Amino acid sequence: MKRLSQDRMPIYDALQRFKQMRVVPFDVPGHKHGRGNPELTEFLGEKCVSVDVNSMKPLDNLVHPVSVIKEAEELAAEAFHAAHAFFMVNGTTSAVQAMVLSACKKGDKIIMPRNVHRSVINALVLCGAEPVYVNPDVNIDLGISLGMSLKQVEKAITENPDAVAVFVNNPTYYGVCSDLRSIVKLAHAHGMLVLVDEAHGTHFYFGKNMPITAMDAEADMAAVSMHKSGGSLTQSSLLLIGSAMNEGYVRQIINLTQTTSGSYLLLSSLDISRRNLALRGEEIFEHVSELAQYARDEINAIGGFYAFSKEIINGDSVFDFDVTKLSIHTLDVGLAGVEVYDILRDEYDIQIEFGDIGNILAYISLGDRKRDIERLVGALSEIRRLYQRDKAGMLTQEYISPQVVTTPQYAFYAEKESLPLDETEGRVCSEFVMCYPPGIPILAPGERVTKDILRYIKYAKEKGCSLTGPEDIEIKRLNVLKGV
Amino acid sequence: MELWFTERHTPYVKFSINVDRQLYCGQSDFQRIDVFDSKEFGRILTLDGYIMLTEKDEFIYHEMITHVPMAVHPCVRRVLVIGGGDGGAVRELVKYNTIEHIDLIEIDELVVKVCKKYLPQTACRLDDPRVHIHYEDGLKYTRRHENEYDLILVDSTDPFGPGEDLFTKEFYGNCYKALKEDGIMVNQHESPFYENDAEAMQRAHKRIAQSFPISRVYQAHIPTYASGHWLFGFASKKYHPIRDFNSAAWNVLCIPTKYYNTKLHVGAFALPTYVEDILKAVE
Repeated sequence: MKRLSQDRMPIYDALQRFKQMRVVPFDVPGHKHGRGNPELTEFLGEKCVSVDVNSMKPLDNLVHPVSVIKEAEELAAEAFHAAHAFFMVNGTTSAVQAMVLSACKKGDKIIMPRNVHRSVINALVLCGAEPVYVNPDVNIDLGISLGMSLKQVEKAITENPDAVAVFVNNPTYYGVCSDLRSIVKLAHAHGMLVLVDEAHGTHFYFGKNMPITAMDAEADMAAVSMHKSGGSLTQSSLLLIGSAMNEGYVRQIINLTQTTSGSYLLLSSLDISRRNLALRGEEIFEHVSELAQYARDEINAIGGFYAFSKEIINGDSVFDFDVTKLSIHTLDVGLAGVEVYDILRDEYDIQIEFGDIGNILAYISLGDRKRDIERLVGALSEIRRLYQRDKAGMLTQEYISPQVVTTPQYAFYAEKESLPLDETEGRVCSEFVMCYPPGIPILAPGERVTKDILRYIKYAKEKGCSLTGPEDIEIKRLNVLKGV
Repeated sequence: MELWFTERHTPYVKFSINVDRQLYCGQSDFQRIDVFDSKEFGRILTLDGYIMLTEKDEFIYHEMITHVPMAVHPCVRRVLVIGGGDGGAVRELVKYNTIEHIDLIEIDELVVKVCKKYLPQTACRLDDPRVHIHYEDGLKYTRRHENEYDLILVDSTDPFGPGEDLFTKEFYGNCYKALKEDGIMVNQHESPFYENDAEAMQRAHKRIAQSFPISRVYQAHIPTYASGHWLFGFASKKYHPIRDFNSAAWNVLCIPTKYYNTKLHVGAFALPTYVEDILKAVE
């Protein structure tokens, strides 16, 4: 195959040409290169709003790419070793949903770990596929769920030979990777597709000594959040497919829900970021890995906090670990992760990615500087000095195995009633409850509300987690199925 | 020929000094460093285009950051200076025989090299055997030290750029920890006059007041700093800057100074009403 020049940026170039032509706009958007909205132009800058334009022949059309977007997608496909790459502008959520909708129809079974992002279960609500949950392995000391163990996947496949696909989180938010290559082999041997939520793994494609990527493991589809470790604008993302997938059909699926007014700010950011990663990714992620390792060493030297890494690898459910993820266990300081998360922001002006029951995650990326790492470490050292307390009475486990009663779609659309939280024990929930971030449901539609789950929800509220999902914004009530 | 160095004190205010010639220009890993010679102010050190010191008025800053805490603490033996690679604070500190050990933490080695070569007026005592220079990040250094120092001088640049870390709550907390139970921290506290400086000054005061039981502010007049009205923070675990101030004991030492004296010590803590208001709002 002819190698493309990764130095090129077709969408960026087309936008530059477009600006030089000084086209008079009698099309949308109505702000007309910013002139109609001076406050917005002042805020975002003239350069930015002048390329917030609509699809047109010289700029191609995301819905049906034939020129510059097509070329940019081909470049991305090459950079990511994929048969094809789709530029996504509705977030990685839309890429995940397109994977599920491409693989499953109503009534199809899909094997997945329960600790998936809500977008996966949302897709099941939309298409009516049935989840077969593989309970993720759990690290009791850290209280976190891990990857999928190969044995568990095998068991699920044997018990459900009619399943059409296996869905894998790789890596998890914490940086845990499953044995992707073996899972793909196993699934393919049984005629199942493999879909990978690679939202937190963009850098695997470019860094040296990184865990294996979905495309190199020959998975069939992967959702890649370019806007996370890849540096593109928020909401821009990539959907990668392997050679077994039908590109045209996947595009039709994407177009079921994706906007017809794809933002050129997002599209150009994907194009520019892909080039940056292809040309400089190796050194960028070497630097990121070094920063993360430096931070881990310094944090572990403070005492109390435990910034974990490759030592948790166990050959199966932690097959590999993403060393750019700075995940820190906080319980031994006597603080829930979310408490540390809040103190860092409120007292030290430091915003981290998330804090949950027992851990925090600080996202280290291509934009970080050594001196910012010093601030984080310095603040954690101070938090230990000033806030350390006994850890008695703290919840330690992030993951509660669900009791699945019915499918997400059935439960979501079924007749339901709203009850005060305390009265829902034993009932079947019809909505999601999750802490955001990380956005992994505590309850999904169709699951039984248990005492453990209610205790978890109350604890999370008390510790200051931002809970989302239910119709009732304050999460004082839950919708449950009527008569069940 | 007219050659002028200009610094913007705000987007709408410029401060200019006629330059005789440029003596040095270099870029370190952290910042751009320049040394100029001028008729009015003598030699001038600038970092990223901001005046750090001039030979004519540096004595005010260095005397005020040093002698105020030295006249309050009854016996300073170990001192930590954060920043201050120009050596001015060290020059004042080594005038005290009680001081046994000075650690100078400067992030930028090139600053020290340049000052030794072009600014002997301030760098002249950096070779004193009591002085130990460490080229590292101040925040990182203080994190690793506990109950060690009698006095910490935070001789930082402005809170925009490499000096940013030295205006954070975690840094002040680390300093608290690095001080002995009766230790004092004095910091360069920005100016109350122009809006941006005043906000930085207020934030710094808020964070220090949260970290130390005693937190007072004093002032000096420094002609080449923005507005000329400059503040220092006096943060302390035990000693009060006025009540525990022993003027007789200090005068006995016969330390030579040009700006500081024991009458001025007391007066420097009397602040204009608008400055008191800015400080009180966050106490």
